[in-house]
Amino acid sequence: MLTLAILIPMLGALALIILPSLSQSNARILAIGASTLSFLMLLIVWARFDTSVDAPAFQAFAEAAWIPSLGVAWRVGVDGMSLALSLMSGVLFIACISWPMENPERPRVYYAWFLFLESVSLGLFLVLDLLIFYVFFDLSLVGMFFLIGRWGHGDAERAALKFFIYTLAGSLAILLAIIGLVLSVDPITFDMRALIAAQPLAGMDLRGGLILLGFLVGFAVKAPLFPVHTWLPPAHVMAPGPVSAILAGVLLKMGTYGIVRIPFQMMRETFADYALALAIVALASILWGAIVALGQTNLKRRIAYTSVNHMGYTVMEIAAAGALLTGAEGAREMALTGAVVEMVAHGLITGALFLIAGGFWARSETYDLNAFGGLANVAPRLTMAAVIAAFASLGLPGLAGFVAEVQIFVGTFAVFPWIAAIGLLGILITAALFLRLLQQLFFGDLPKDHEGFPDVSLREGTVLAALLALVVLIGIYPRWLLDLIGSATSAIIGG
Amino acid sequence: MPIGDVAPEISIIVAAVLALLFAAFAPRRMQAGSALIALAGIAIAVALLLAQLGETRFTFSGTWALDGASLWARLMILISTAFCILLSPGWFRTDPRHGEYYTILLLGALGAMAMAGAGDLLQLVIAVLLSSVTGYTLAAWHRDWALSVEAGMKYFLMGALANALLITGVTLILGLLSSSEYADIATALKLGNGLSPLLFVGFALTITGVAFKLGAVPAHAWLPDVAEGAPVPSAAFLTVVPKIGAAIALARLVQLVPPEFLGLRPLIAVLAVATMTLGNLAALWQDDLRRLIGWSSVAQAGYLLMAITVLGLSPDALTALLVFVASYAIGNLTAFAVVAHLRGRTALNDYDGLAKRRPVAAAALVIAFLSLVGIPPTVGFLGKLTLFIATIDGGYTWLAVVAAANTVASLFYYARVMGRVYFGVPPENVAVMGRLSCSAMWIAAITVIVSSVLVETAIVAFGLSQLLPI
Repeated sequence: MLTLAILIPMLGALALIILPSLSQSNARILAIGASTLSFLMLLIVWARFDTSVDAPAFQAFAEAAWIPSLGVAWRVGVDGMSLALSLMSGVLFIACISWPMENPERPRVYYAWFLFLESVSLGLFLVLDLLIFYVFFDLSLVGMFFLIGRWGHGDAERAALKFFIYTLAGSLAILLAIIGLVLSVDPITFDMRALIAAQPLAGMDLRGGLILLGFLVGFAVKAPLFPVHTWLPPAHVMAPGPVSAILAGVLLKMGTYGIVRIPFQMMRETFADYALALAIVALASILWGAIVALGQTNLKRRIAYTSVNHMGYTVMEIAAAGALLTGAEGAREMALTGAVVEMVAHGLITGALFLIAGGFWARSETYDLNAFGGLANVAPRLTMAAVIAAFASLGLPGLAGFVAEVQIFVGTFAVFPWIAAIGLLGILITAALFLRLLQQLFFGDLPKDHEGFPDVSLREGTVLAALLALVVLIGIYPRWLLDLIGSATSAIIGG
Repeated sequence: MPIGDVAPEISIIVAAVLALLFAAFAPRRMQAGSALIALAGIAIAVALLLAQLGETRFTFSGTWALDGASLWARLMILISTAFCILLSPGWFRTDPRHGEYYTILLLGALGAMAMAGAGDLLQLVIAVLLSSVTGYTLAAWHRDWALSVEAGMKYFLMGALANALLITGVTLILGLLSSSEYADIATALKLGNGLSPLLFVGFALTITGVAFKLGAVPAHAWLPDVAEGAPVPSAAFLTVVPKIGAAIALARLVQLVPPEFLGLRPLIAVLAVATMTLGNLAALWQDDLRRLIGWSSVAQAGYLLMAITVLGLSPDALTALLVFVASYAIGNLTAFAVVAHLRGRTALNDYDGLAKRRPVAAAALVIAFLSLVGIPPTVGFLGKLTLFIATIDGGYTWLAVVAAANTVASLFYYARVMGRVYFGVPPENVAVMGRLSCSAMWIAAITVIVSSVLVETAIVAFGLSQLLPI
């Protein structure tokens, strides 16, 4: 079932490449079909998923041999965390594929790359083999490189190259760390479950520290954390709206998911030793992301920097959750649950925000905030969507961001009170910057040249409404999501 | 004389002679017939070679090693040569006497096979010389074209120096250990006999001589010129086939010296770092694709040296060496197949927007480059993976870190080409060579992907191999 969820988009991508005479609308229909079908597979897995306490940690497991002599095999399976993330990714991919193309050039290939990226993103969350995890991690870079470089605008080629090189540097650090990790078990295996059970680096100080460093550097580039986030703003600004949405909504999560799954789960002792340092880096990202975002006059750059800020919260919580080996289980479980909820919420909210930003580019070819104003008069539905997304992102109660942030701070206060206290400043700044953003875009005087600014079309409106409905649903009735995620986090914290 | 032990090599010689005779008497339009003779010779040699599967012994009084390492290397040499032959008829269509080309190609392959099988220092010298002499001819084949002649000339001058160093080194070792047979040398060194700074110099000089064939520092400078100036089939051949032979020759040589003596491993590690760093830095701003592939091929030699560094320190070193060599050969031949199919177009500007005019060629080039970077699911990834595992396992983690940093740097120039190919503005028309080179390109690109799926077979087969003398 999980294999199918990965395979269907890949086959869809192949079909799009092979069928030469496909019109734009047919290509899109095929792409939407493939991504919906893949999402259905995930829903089936979800329906069968057992969240009770004594259920196995990884469910829907399947295995097929690939390189037995290196202990590598195709292994898929999910726990509550990866299922929640892959469901969110599935939703976001359907949304972004449905969203109209920004410049309708070579649509067949565009949708093929999108499906390819969907396949590798889902694969990354669903596999339980470190090597294949790495394979998907790398392939996501290739897919993104071509999507940004080919369909982006401005100096897109340069931005794509920068993105590719930065994140490949990160992924090679991960590769070396993976090799270091698997070489410490005998016989060598890349099976995540075996590695989680073995905790192979317990008691190895220097070696464990270096391997942890490799993982954290790699995932920090992808997440991204300060100071290795500098690839993010150009990549976002040059990329088309739907690609930005995937980049922020899905690809950034790979970094934080990786931190939890690999260093946190497979090398608890070492992770606990360095959790404080990680929390401080996360705090720097929270503040840096928020302050720099406040200073941006470019709509997309501003949203991009809020991603640095939000991923900072996520990593802070992960660090808090992994800081102790025993004790404060309740708080740490809450912190980790908060982290995963934040990943899901951030994916949906920022996805919506970037789609909206893409809509601005499609209409006016600029992201300059000062060029706009008073749009509430001509585009009420767009205003509505942007307001909900912005409020959700700054953490207004009743929306998804709030659920995540409450858990974050309650959880972190128990472990790192000072860091949580300083981190709260970030929320204030984000609130300020989103309110300023809304004010600049939608209120005040409407400039002459935007008098005919079109409101969201039916298709755009449906996509935004679906994403924001989920945001509201998680905000007012988070129980179903918390149960799903909690089943994983209690197992992770409990060991 | 156990003449059957060199049956594959004999079949290559016979095919070379027949190809030459055919070329001498055949009319101009039938010169490509020599290619068929050469391919037939290779096919027979491959069959004879497979009959040697499982053998691990010296033959011909200890001068010729029959073992897994030489068997797989010679197999790779033959297959790579056959692939280069596929690129040739189209390329030399206007050359009225090109039938002889296949003879030289076969003799060059024979030189490389002899390097892989060399179990004696003098045999090694002969093998290197045979491979070099044919190499100069292959590089300078286009007599009337300055770049090709320049490539041949540079190759020749570098080669003359490197071969002189090789012979000096061999003389020193022979003098100090009073034998040129590897088995004797290994026994003497295991006991710690004859260790002296002079012996280190002897090994260092010999290694330099072999490094020339490998395209590694300090004798690498010919490679970019050959890649740029030589006819593309020759460039494909010279950047791959001698390297396969040289890799095994060097591995055998290094393995003679136990890791604790002479400090040979750190020397190889330093050469590895210098080679990969220099190759990658030089490739960064190249605006000529063939030169770029040439420099990248220098860098790849640097990665390859990592496996030789940890030989005897990690049980997986030989497997890693073979997997990496195979993956490099596949990746590089794919890249050159694309260049050949595009009639040798070489300025980077000319690759702008290739994807819109020639999507298959563009995709094959990208696959080749991703494989050379080591991005999954290409075979290059598995080559690098096994290499990194062996290197870290052998205690040279810092070397693996340097190689990873180098890989990031290398992505810059590979991705620059990929960017041009996919994002650039296409030219009016892109001329291509023909059906044969097109199918060669297809075969190569598919091999890059398929072989990564089937890698288990290779790892198991290579894992059973041994490197004489044990």
